[in-house]
Amino acid sequence: MAEKDVLTGEHFIHGDAACAEGGLAAGCRFFAGYPITPATEVAERMARRLPEVGGIYIQMEDEIASMAAILGASWGGVKSMTSTSGPGFSLMMENIGLGMMTETPCVVVNIQRGGPSTGLPTLVGQADVMQARWGSHGDYGCIAVSPASPQECFDLTILAFNLSEMYRQPVFVLADEVVGHMTEKVIIPPREQIHVAQRAKPAVERSKYLPFESTGPMPAPMAIAGDGYHVHVTGLTHDERGYPVITDAVQERNVRHIVEKVRMNAHNIIRVDEVALEDADVVVIAYGCTSRVARQAVEDMRRKGHRVGLLRLVTLWPFPSNIVRRLAGQVKAFVVPEINYGQMALEVERTAGGRAETVLMGLMGGSIHSPQEIQEVVGQYL
Amino acid sequence: MAEEKKKRILKPIKDFPLDEYIASGHRACQGCAEVLAVRHVLKAIGPDMVLAMATGCMEIISSPYPFTSWNVPWIHVAFENAAAVGSGVEAGLKALRRKGRIPDKNVTVVAMGGDGGTSDIGFQALSGMFERGHKMIYVCVDNEAYMNTGVQRSSSTPFGASTTTSPAGKARPSGQNTWKKDMTAIAAAHNIPYAATACPSYYSDLMRKVRRAAEVEGPAYLHVLSVCPTGWRVPPQTSIKYGALAVDSGVFPLYEVDHGVWKLSRKPKNLKPVTEYLKGQGRFRHLDEGMIALIQERVIANWERLLKLCEATGDKPAQSGSES
Repeated sequence: MAEKDVLTGEHFIHGDAACAEGGLAAGCRFFAGYPITPATEVAERMARRLPEVGGIYIQMEDEIASMAAILGASWGGVKSMTSTSGPGFSLMMENIGLGMMTETPCVVVNIQRGGPSTGLPTLVGQADVMQARWGSHGDYGCIAVSPASPQECFDLTILAFNLSEMYRQPVFVLADEVVGHMTEKVIIPPREQIHVAQRAKPAVERSKYLPFESTGPMPAPMAIAGDGYHVHVTGLTHDERGYPVITDAVQERNVRHIVEKVRMNAHNIIRVDEVALEDADVVVIAYGCTSRVARQAVEDMRRKGHRVGLLRLVTLWPFPSNIVRRLAGQVKAFVVPEINYGQMALEVERTAGGRAETVLMGLMGGSIHSPQEIQEVVGQYL
Repeated sequence: MAEEKKKRILKPIKDFPLDEYIASGHRACQGCAEVLAVRHVLKAIGPDMVLAMATGCMEIISSPYPFTSWNVPWIHVAFENAAAVGSGVEAGLKALRRKGRIPDKNVTVVAMGGDGGTSDIGFQALSGMFERGHKMIYVCVDNEAYMNTGVQRSSSTPFGASTTTSPAGKARPSGQNTWKKDMTAIAAAHNIPYAATACPSYYSDLMRKVRRAAEVEGPAYLHVLSVCPTGWRVPPQTSIKYGALAVDSGVFPLYEVDHGVWKLSRKPKNLKPVTEYLKGQGRFRHLDEGMIALIQERVIANWERLLKLCEATGDKPAQSGSES
């Protein structure tokens, strides 16, 4: 059954399908979903493909249940995933928090559309960036990747699974409608060339195992239901054993850990694409479909001799503060085109700390920037 | 003489309302029986109504801004909350009436959703509406899948139907492998005054039930089977036929539960075999004899259970928790 999970070869598929294939290649064998434009195709692909590889596709009654189902599947020992878009992502928020608190690895693909509310069901948006970071109540660390092509939908979904297994938490694939519905060549490499992280399993005897005992900023290995280990899993504040302890001291340890495992490991998680940054006077910071347009703009201006660079965010969270901080001492301005009202621009501005100007080029959704527009704005700061 | 005999005289149906409350020109597919069901529901109620609608086919096809097909006050909020929105409308009208801000006349509040918006994501809001006892009608227009997003299964998709998320294949030969959720029985289990099934293929029965639903004091539930040629993969001109076959084969029996009394609305002398209903529907084309036999068995068992329920409750006095 398993040989069909990695479809090695060249494919001409859209980003949604590539997310599904990435999940399968990463070992995902459980998908719970609910139809929503523009992410339905991820679920449709999974419904067809999972039975071929001995996995389970289940369509739940809503997104609340879908998120709950993948958390349960993960504790049952399989890699699990769901996909959704704006309104569904909102419904998932409570259970996403549960996943963060219970340190449950899983992947949530969000093919972003225009919001808020029903917004633009069929058109592009990138306005769930801050929701992904802060959407569920309370503090937790957030890991989110942002593919800019169907190929990256495949690659980064695998990365998302690897990160989720390593850091034991839900990881987001924040794609957008343009990338999700864009059809391009996707190369699926041979199985042995795909790095797939497997869940660390407890190596100690049963009596000594503590499911929530962190080692530095790393989570404990995860025993799954049926392994024979004592595991107590709760959304309440819990100690190393997983038992609820409602005190400030345990809350301090518990929440500090789920925040710091991302913060302290940020240097290992962050991935960016640096284009012509060395001598740049203006740097465009972009992600998702917008970064494709920005790259065009930067390359065109470089050909004309302008000192312009591009910092493409492959991971959105954690934010590459160190890189931006370093660049802030070098450049006159950061230009941030994004399809929202300045969510990443806020982060850039904060990190730049007044040493370089931050210029937001915000679109509210439904359309993308043109390279010319970006060039015009960049030109004003050269 | 012979030629004259062939001529059929079309007589207008007695008391059939000629006013239209959903205008033509909407974007429904050819042969959509769901919009036909909506049309008849609205005709039966008339202009004094407020309609709250869930996200779904009927919402999408009727309201591509700046156009609207609705000749009645119509509100759409989100996917999961048509019943809650309708509840608010009903409570709001009550308050306005009490304060003398609107004329003291009867306005029927209707909430409407598809099978996904009713039996899946809207289920919780629906149960709340029943429990609180709002005087309103909830109509589920059931085309047996999420058709608006392109034919994904719902909990109202029948066993054996192939959809894009329950595709029939080697690993899962039946396609959908669970049985259709019995929403009407679930509604009746809330002890609401009125719950019924209907189908636009039998439109006079449908309209009678809508009027009865509007009349009772408290929540009423109507489950309307609506053939979807696009999703069921049948020719558009066969919608009415397939609706009638669903009823006459016992796949979708027409009945009502009026104050706890179960009553069949249509009792065919002999149920047609389910093969007549399944035949020609693209979504069922993969079914083998074994699976068809399974469906047939289930249909007969459900039918006999229904007959027993009718018999058992037929002479019982009315009992309802929600009448006030």
